[in-house]
Amino acid sequence: MTEFPKTPPRYSATFTPAINAEIRRAAASGIYDIRGGGTKRHLPHFDDLLFLGASISRYPLEGYREKCATDVWLGTRFAKKPIHLDIPITIAGMSFGALSGPAKEALGRGATEAGTSTTTGDGGMTEEERGHSKTLVYQYLPSRYGMNPDDLRRADAIEVVVGQGAKPGGGGMLLGQKISDRVAMMRNLPKGIDQRSACRHPDWTGPDDLEIKIMELREITDWEKPIYVKVGGARPYYDTALAVKAGADVVVLDGMQGGTAATQDVFIEHVGMPILACIPQAVKALQDLGMHRKVQLIVSGGIRTGADVAKAMALGADAVAIGTAALIALGDNDPAYEEEYQKLGTTADAYDDWHEGRDPAGITTQDPELFKRFDPVLGGRRLKNYLKVMTLEAQTIARACGKNHLHNLEPEDLCSLTIEAAAMAGVPLAGTNWIPGRNGGF
Amino acid sequence: MQSFDLGKEGLRALNSALHALKGQTNMTDWEVINPKGAHAIAAGVDAPVSITVHGSTGYYCAGMNKHATIHIKGSAGPGVAENMMSGTVIVEGNASQYAGATGRGGLLVIKGNAASRCGVSMKGIDIVVHGSIGHMSAFMAQSGNLVVLGDAGDALGDSLYEARLFVRGSVKSLGADCIEKEMRDEHYSLLEELLRKGEADGKAKPEEFRRYGSARKLYNFNIDNASAY
Repeated sequence: MTEFPKTPPRYSATFTPAINAEIRRAAASGIYDIRGGGTKRHLPHFDDLLFLGASISRYPLEGYREKCATDVWLGTRFAKKPIHLDIPITIAGMSFGALSGPAKEALGRGATEAGTSTTTGDGGMTEEERGHSKTLVYQYLPSRYGMNPDDLRRADAIEVVVGQGAKPGGGGMLLGQKISDRVAMMRNLPKGIDQRSACRHPDWTGPDDLEIKIMELREITDWEKPIYVKVGGARPYYDTALAVKAGADVVVLDGMQGGTAATQDVFIEHVGMPILACIPQAVKALQDLGMHRKVQLIVSGGIRTGADVAKAMALGADAVAIGTAALIALGDNDPAYEEEYQKLGTTADAYDDWHEGRDPAGITTQDPELFKRFDPVLGGRRLKNYLKVMTLEAQTIARACGKNHLHNLEPEDLCSLTIEAAAMAGVPLAGTNWIPGRNGGF
Repeated sequence: MQSFDLGKEGLRALNSALHALKGQTNMTDWEVINPKGAHAIAAGVDAPVSITVHGSTGYYCAGMNKHATIHIKGSAGPGVAENMMSGTVIVEGNASQYAGATGRGGLLVIKGNAASRCGVSMKGIDIVVHGSIGHMSAFMAQSGNLVVLGDAGDALGDSLYEARLFVRGSVKSLGADCIEKEMRDEHYSLLEELLRKGEADGKAKPEEFRRYGSARKLYNFNIDNASAY
């Protein structure tokens, strides 16, 4: 009998093994998946853009010799005391509670040594971060955990958080495992309960109220502090315009690659837009209002390298913020702990159950035994090194484009490798002068 | 008495003068005239002074107050005494929504009615309302005491944590995880003290109130409670 070749097993592109595993997990547990971090799906990103570099039409600057400045002023619109940073790479808001006290200290140390700012999070201001951060941005969040006028006054800037890229429209969650005595005290909550952070501010709704809220914060701090407004990447043109109208000094725009301490996987993966699609819309809103460079734009969500920094700034950002990358620089997801990641059912570089508080690297935990593993001095040094490298990388690219300041990078320095990225970023497809979607709409 | 004409001198000058006051100042009595509903009147005061506002105020009057006694001889707009840390704020008239929001200490007295979300996310403040309160009051309230001599609107104490709610009149409905609780001796004593401090002891007696608090069933996520989320 003749044997015919058999059709090999074929996986469905719709019901993939990963999808099926999640269906089985949901069926067995009856609860949705909660995790930390940002989206893990493939998205159009800065990797899809390239710099053109100088040629006959423009000349480059000499590396190591000709100056390429990197400093940035933030909060020049209304604040009596705007912030001046040496580099345009800031540390994004991450809460004490989500992170250990030593991890917050390390962020402050590294940022300060590199000449930039760090940011509090949804848990109030800790002495570790205030003491070790030369420039500290104090987040004003819907939960108002730990909020008080003394910390407002000793902050260097105030960031009114409307949303974040990982979950625009969503609140926060800190599960009971991480509510230690200290976290509970700072948040006025019983120890060990699941702590929910509201998705909306308790005492204002909409842009008109926000304008009054910002005015109140300015009055309380005697108009000294720059006021940032942070939004998740949802409707960046209108959100930016409304933040400007409400009186923001700085708009912080966080794409869906931005991380969170914990939220539903379905939220992280299916709500919001990639940062590449957000930046041009925000810049256009600022330009339409005549406020580009007057109200500064900080962008975040998936910034990893100096190339990403340079590309974000070429699209019109004044500065960037990093969160996940900063944690990795500190030592998060380090393969040195692979054996322990395996015990948790995961592997280094994929660990995202930050909410469970069992981080082998001792960073996203409140377990004193685990966070003893983390040395804040060494962590700070690693972060400083990483920030310096990113800055040098961005300068290298800027000089190659003939720019003597990172802020002089421009969309004309870029081309795109894909039609999607060309349309989102508003730069031509490589080798063409075609910017998809530019004939009408934005 | 320091008299300040807000209509002539402006908000920035007022708050700047109030912020310059330190704990040992002898300029302890202030009055503000012509408030005309301005926002953020006496926001961020940090001194044990007495401030009387002759008229109604806009948003966030007495916001983040510390130590001061602020007396509003009119009605207050949204967010009166928001995030108050300590001191006393008295509203002779009505208060708009979010009164005492996220307050962490001190006493807020509203002699009229309060609108929706009174005491939202309160974190230690005491609030005494002589009249009634609107819907979603004490939403996600964490700690402190809310005393209402009148009625409460829909969804009182939704997603409540450890705040104590005392209502003399009717409650239109309770929010998720909020239940009526037994009044014990300690609660009668506490209420007596709050009524006295809230200038309401002549209007109501502790035994006329019912107590509401958290059932604590939603403190840790449980899929069996999914319909409540």
